[in-house]
Amino acid sequence: MIPAAFEYHRPKDMAGVLAVLVEHGDEARVLAGGHSLIPMMKLRMADVPHLIDLQDVDGLSGITVDGGRVRIGAMTTQSDIIGHAALAEAAPIMREASLQIADPQVRYMGTVGGNVANGDPGNDMPGLMQCLDATFILVGPDGEREVQARDFYEAAYMTDREDDEVLLAVAFDAPSGGYAYEKQKRKIGDYATAAAAVLLEKNGDTCSAASIAMTNLSDTPVWSEAAGNALVGTSVDAAAIDAAVAAMLGDIDPTQDNRGPIEFKRHAAAMILRRAIARAWDRA
Amino acid sequence: MAKKMHIQMTVNGEEQEFLAEPRELLIHTLRERLNITGPHIGCETSHCGACTVTINGKSVKSCTMFVAQANGADVTTIEGLGSPDSLHVLQEAFKEHHGLQCGFCTPGMITRASKLLEEIPNPTEEEVRFGMAGNICRCTGYQNIVKSILAAAAEMSAAKEAAE
Amino acid sequence: MNKELSREERADALSGMGCKRKRVEDARFTQGKGNYVDDIKLPGMLFGDFVRSPYAHARIKSINTDAAMALDGVVAVLTAADLAPLGLHWMPTLAGDKQMVLADGKVLFQGQEVAYVVAKDRYIAADAVELVEVEYEELDVIVDPFASLESDVVLREDLVAEDGSLPDGAHGPRKHHNHIFTWEVGDKETTEQVIGDAEVVAEDMFYYHRTHPCPLETCGCVASMDKVNGKLTLYGTFQAPHAIRTVVSLISGIEEHNIRVISPDIGGGFGNKVGAYPGYVCSVVASIVTGVPVKWVEDRMENLMTTAFARDYWMKGKIAATKEGKITGLWCHTTADHGGFDACADPTKFPAGFMNICTGSYDIPVAYLAVDGVYTNKAPGGVSYRCSFRVTEAVYFIERMIEVLAIELNMDPAELRRINFIKKEQFPYKSALGWEYDSGDYHTAWDKALEAVDYKGLRAEQAQRVEDFKAGKTRSLMGIGLTFFTEIVGAGPVKNCDILGLGMFDSCEIRIHPTGSAIARLGTISQGQGHATTFAQILATEIGLPADSITIEEGDTDTAPYGLGTYGSRSTPVAGAATAMAGRKIRAKAQMIAAYLLEVHDDDVEFDVDRFVVKGAPEKFKTMKEIAFAAYNQAIPGIEPGLEAVSYYDPPNMTYPFGAYVCVMDIDVDTGVTDIRRFYALDDCGTRINPMIIEGQIHGGLTEALAVALGQEIAYDDMGNVKTGTLMDFFLPTAWEVPNYETDHTVTPSPHHPIGAKGVGESPHVGGVPCFSNAVNDAFKAFGLRHTHMPHDHWRIWQTANKLGLHG
Repeated sequence: MIPAAFEYHRPKDMAGVLAVLVEHGDEARVLAGGHSLIPMMKLRMADVPHLIDLQDVDGLSGITVDGGRVRIGAMTTQSDIIGHAALAEAAPIMREASLQIADPQVRYMGTVGGNVANGDPGNDMPGLMQCLDATFILVGPDGEREVQARDFYEAAYMTDREDDEVLLAVAFDAPSGGYAYEKQKRKIGDYATAAAAVLLEKNGDTCSAASIAMTNLSDTPVWSEAAGNALVGTSVDAAAIDAAVAAMLGDIDPTQDNRGPIEFKRHAAAMILRRAIARAWDRA
Repeated sequence: MAKKMHIQMTVNGEEQEFLAEPRELLIHTLRERLNITGPHIGCETSHCGACTVTINGKSVKSCTMFVAQANGADVTTIEGLGSPDSLHVLQEAFKEHHGLQCGFCTPGMITRASKLLEEIPNPTEEEVRFGMAGNICRCTGYQNIVKSILAAAAEMSAAKEAAE
Repeated sequence: MNKELSREERADALSGMGCKRKRVEDARFTQGKGNYVDDIKLPGMLFGDFVRSPYAHARIKSINTDAAMALDGVVAVLTAADLAPLGLHWMPTLAGDKQMVLADGKVLFQGQEVAYVVAKDRYIAADAVELVEVEYEELDVIVDPFASLESDVVLREDLVAEDGSLPDGAHGPRKHHNHIFTWEVGDKETTEQVIGDAEVVAEDMFYYHRTHPCPLETCGCVASMDKVNGKLTLYGTFQAPHAIRTVVSLISGIEEHNIRVISPDIGGGFGNKVGAYPGYVCSVVASIVTGVPVKWVEDRMENLMTTAFARDYWMKGKIAATKEGKITGLWCHTTADHGGFDACADPTKFPAGFMNICTGSYDIPVAYLAVDGVYTNKAPGGVSYRCSFRVTEAVYFIERMIEVLAIELNMDPAELRRINFIKKEQFPYKSALGWEYDSGDYHTAWDKALEAVDYKGLRAEQAQRVEDFKAGKTRSLMGIGLTFFTEIVGAGPVKNCDILGLGMFDSCEIRIHPTGSAIARLGTISQGQGHATTFAQILATEIGLPADSITIEEGDTDTAPYGLGTYGSRSTPVAGAATAMAGRKIRAKAQMIAAYLLEVHDDDVEFDVDRFVVKGAPEKFKTMKEIAFAAYNQAIPGIEPGLEAVSYYDPPNMTYPFGAYVCVMDIDVDTGVTDIRRFYALDDCGTRINPMIIEGQIHGGLTEALAVALGQEIAYDDMGNVKTGTLMDFFLPTAWEVPNYETDHTVTPSPHHPIGAKGVGESPHVGGVPCFSNAVNDAFKAFGLRHTHMPHDHWRIWQTANKLGLHG
């Protein structure tokens, strides 16, 4: 498994990155942790004549929690997320999810930006970002722009990002209430058979807000507004959970692969979602 | 052939400088160019961890890093952990507790474990199993690897306490 | 010497048999100083890489190598057309078939070798592979062995005569153009009659899916032809270096003395590294052509897709019994999918290996086994993945068959086993399918195991769980997996076991140095088993020199005596016996030297741990160290100087290790996720040489068994595409998915082995697979399940539960 040759760029700043992107268009790709892209290059399934390594670009990594607003730089690794005390306080679902991604070595290299921007339906962060209603901050030749995670994903490996744009950061309001990231996988290092991100707010005995997204059950992450709505205003009883699950099952569209046939994935999705809701409600 | 670039890195405390194609994988740099053959090639898709080295304080699978990315980096391999006259505690523990059989995963396993014990000096068995889950062994069934790492952790802690 | 050591202290100082000696291999492995094949670097070395077929069945219309040859750094591109004049475009397989080295007109499986690129480094070679243009014409693909036997599509045109008739294969007549052999053992007529007349008959089909040994190090070699002196050195990941030398000589025409095969450190084998692969042949040819060394190391995808799959057996069984559960007969028909070429690694006379051990640990009066080998568009192989030849399949078959019979009888499967075990006093026991079991005490082992796990308590807990499940209190079921296995290992007697005509003996040669240290060389090769540690222990006990003073060397055909290598748990039973026998030759000569030095008759001295003593006067003695020195510095009348011995050991029989395993598993009915709560393994491998190493072997073999039972498969789609080509999809468990195991043992020595040892490395795999599988099946038994096929991954378990109506 040997990659094809490429030209390597390691700019010191974003202007340098954008210059290469503008010059080479879709012949150029940015490299963050590389643990999705490099295997694809080694298998010669990704052709990248110009590779732009982002590691020297200042200001791309780091986590800030400021007045209830969380901002995570694109080059922040899963390992950074797991070890960040303020983030664990503000948005513990980030840590819970990150611990379920890949393995220790890969988490040292794997970044939020790579996980989010690659558009791989197997990645965990996109669904989580939709659940958190995160904002993606992109920069391109015409400057910065923001796009909501819920509007970002178009199809497998197809996103709203233009070829000459780079993801700078993700930002979201620190969630309140209960949370859960539940993932079924075959083994450490595998993508999800089904994974669910759930955030629930509780007012008295009643669910006052709900956000639910699932991963690897469609060619994009699935944030199901209907599933969340099914819980709001209820005591998250059996009937409400059934309704939420039914709504989610209406929104996902899994395909058959080595993890199993469609019927199984739909069943697993329902189970994982039920467990995630139960755990989130328990914590709310 | 793509043009070569000038690379400088520190490997096991020694400065290295050479010209290489950017696509050269770090594992090949270590093994073929620098004759550091402790790290091995097992799966090539970042699943098995046989190629694990420490780069700038992080455990990394060197089959999934281009040499260009490691330009300027500080790399430690199994060869940098101990010497024949003074083995690393983990090297001793793996010998003592039969933590290896064919030996192919061992350099990556010990290199990763050395970092794990920096992250968590006194891990539980569960923490060891979770923290070592990026390294595959086909021979031992892991039971004695876990035992070796726990023993090394206990010894390192005892030594640290004695020193304080 | 300051103080006289006691006998026990002297024995301890030797680190001989039975002690937990630390491994001598570990110093270099823990420091990254192993020497594996990919670590070998020779001056001027080139790299080989394959162009492989993307199709499972296709005709090759043309191959254009111009663009590849034009790439700077490419030295050669070999195709079948280049090998044909040398007669090397095909090679013989271990199973009496032949296999294309490079595609000769067509390809028969995805990943098949089409062209071999030789370049200055592996990067250029990989680039050149992309530049070789191959035009294919796709043909109909067959991936199902039953469909293959019905199909008009001819997979192997080379095996059909011009008039359309089918010449006999290596194992007799062929029934169809895609049929390889039929192998029959036992008494068909009586067995079928017994089954026809039986009070109770259980019947089922058991599929043992295709999987792969997948050692962490892939296969590879470095071929180095020295044109000046005409010698070829071949380094490689060979589990049988001497056999490889003979094969290379036979197919290349280079005389055997001009070939030196070296197996350096091997990063796990598990059967993957027994066979001869096209990569070896091409590398040798490339080195001969270029005159410089050529390295070839397969990548992980090539390893999983092309070299040495295991299993792929469809086993249909019928078992007859009385109403009380006494088994009266066993019938089995197996359809064996061998892929595009029959490259199974089995002794010549056994095209389905020792599948006829399938009567298991039970006293079954009559049995019949038939195996049909079939060609399909899958990779060749059929190696024994951590087992003796097809023994895993046989044990899986009988241990599933017993469970199904227990259901049919409505009887506890532990009790059913107990009443059918071969009794201690029946050994040596002649089985209905022709084997002579050497020794066993099954009842003792079984009782010990069931007591250790509180079997009755487990069944009570399980019954409660089922009630709770039915009452809606839990969604988790509990499975109790039982297995009692008997292996047949240590092939084997030359009278019935050979590979390519080479008798399956093994060997040891010992040289004692003047100062009382020694080197012993064997015909085997360790791949992690710790031979350098354990064989020295055998010798320490046999010749009375400390294990630490004995170097064990294997794997260099220029220095080691000829042997058939390490697989099928044969190292301890065969080479271990040779080691003991060679040690006894040393001792015999030492006795004469000692008698001379002590000035008594030979018969008046006896061996005592580390010395010879005068009988009745233990204060008069000569230590082995003193005797060694005397062997080199004294002129002893009638005795040659020196102290050396060699033994080529042809075992009188195989050995029959056995064991009792219990697995307790919780299963999430809704997600199909399994959790191994407890695993108890009792092994009886006869005399125990090093308990620490035995335990390590058990842990490892159980983990490979867990993998196979719960998810590890080589899966194909209908087009013959491999769906499990990387470690993302090919299941190798990590530390996180693996439990802690409890180990236990009984000791029933082999009566025919010099030290009573039977071999252990494969037992946990052979016994583990059915144990895990039985646990899954057992969990659903209360809901009407008889059998569900492996691998028991999440979706298949879910599907089982779903079919039983457990999802509401």
